[in-house]
Amino acid sequence: MYDGGKIIPGLIIFVLIITFPIWFNRGNAGETPQPELPKDSKNCVLPADEMRAKHMQLLNQWRDEVIREGKREFFEIDGKKFQRSLQNTCLRCHTSKKKFCDTCHTYSSVNPYCWDCHLAPVE
Amino acid sequence: MDKKRREFLKIAGISTLAGLGGQAVVGRFVTGDTPVTARAEGGHGPASHGDAHQAQAGGHAAGHAEKPTGKRYGMVIDMRAFRANPGLAEKCVKACHSEHNVPNFPNKKDEVKWIWLTEYDKAFTEHSSYYRSAAIRQDKVPVLCNHCDKPPCVRACPTKATFRNKDGIVMMDFHRCIGCRFCMAACPYGSRSFNWRDPRPFISETDRNPNFPTRMRGVVEKCNFCADRLAIGKQPACVEACGSTGALVFGDLNDPGSEIRKVLQTENTLQRKPSLGTLPSVFYIV
Repeated sequence: MYDGGKIIPGLIIFVLIITFPIWFNRGNAGETPQPELPKDSKNCVLPADEMRAKHMQLLNQWRDEVIREGKREFFEIDGKKFQRSLQNTCLRCHTSKKKFCDTCHTYSSVNPYCWDCHLAPVE
Repeated sequence: MDKKRREFLKIAGISTLAGLGGQAVVGRFVTGDTPVTARAEGGHGPASHGDAHQAQAGGHAAGHAEKPTGKRYGMVIDMRAFRANPGLAEKCVKACHSEHNVPNFPNKKDEVKWIWLTEYDKAFTEHSSYYRSAAIRQDKVPVLCNHCDKPPCVRACPTKATFRNKDGIVMMDFHRCIGCRFCMAACPYGSRSFNWRDPRPFISETDRNPNFPTRMRGVVEKCNFCADRLAIGKQPACVEACGSTGALVFGDLNDPGSEIRKVLQTENTLQRKPSLGTLPSVFYIV
């Protein structure tokens, strides 16, 4: 190999620079998001871990049931009646989009398009 | 050999004719059947009232005999009550538009409207008259989506974003709308509006309804007969705004005991553009 003395250290420097974000941030996952939970209600539609994993599928399911199938009847949690609705059910307990939705969405860098149309509570 | 070829051609010719003819006969049966089965599936018979019948071809006559099942929401607009209560029509428009967060664009070209007021001549283009009465010439007729029994917008929509729901309401699923505006071209009543610009800045912050979403740029919107309010046992916003004046009567056209059916049976009503055969569910007493 011609000029091996330059190429090999050059390659090593190149790989080090390219992988900079990986080794620089190793073992540091950033600050864990701390979404603020509603104070006056304890139970959500599903248990917390299921909501964490599946709330997007649930919202899509509600959307299709309400708009396309016309299933607009109420369901009950702890004796209280709720609609299948993001604005009229979810955001009534989770009254702050910034302190609840956005904490995780920003952390995981997802941009759901819910808010293009649906109104977040005034803060 | 010669004879064989002759016979072959004869048989081929006859079977081609039989094939084509048979197909036509079968096709006749199928098309003859379609309107009836479509009605049974849809479950929304045409209104038992209104001049649209005249425009209907023979195929639909069979549909009339079939008893409609399911709901078909409709509305009667009584112009006499609007004449007696000046300002009421504007109140209806305002109630609807603030209920549904309809943006108020200053440029007329961007205008978004769910229910609006227009002249009699523009609303009833097919109903000709000579030396029209002064009252009708001054009328501002409230017009909205007709929630047709045969909605052309639904046929035009490539994504099924607009569809007819089980209550006979022509709904918009804003999530699915790709903004192609075929439905706007298909609607003969101009009931659909397109969001050319982001509507958010044009919805008043103080007057907006936190229970209903807004729309985004690039979707089509229109009246939904307040499907969201009907679900919680309320009347549509425009009907509620009219209160006890009886200017707007809302109800199920398929329920023989409903108030709207009683009005239809006692008054002479008009539908808009009946010759198009869209079978509107909105009726006018002029």
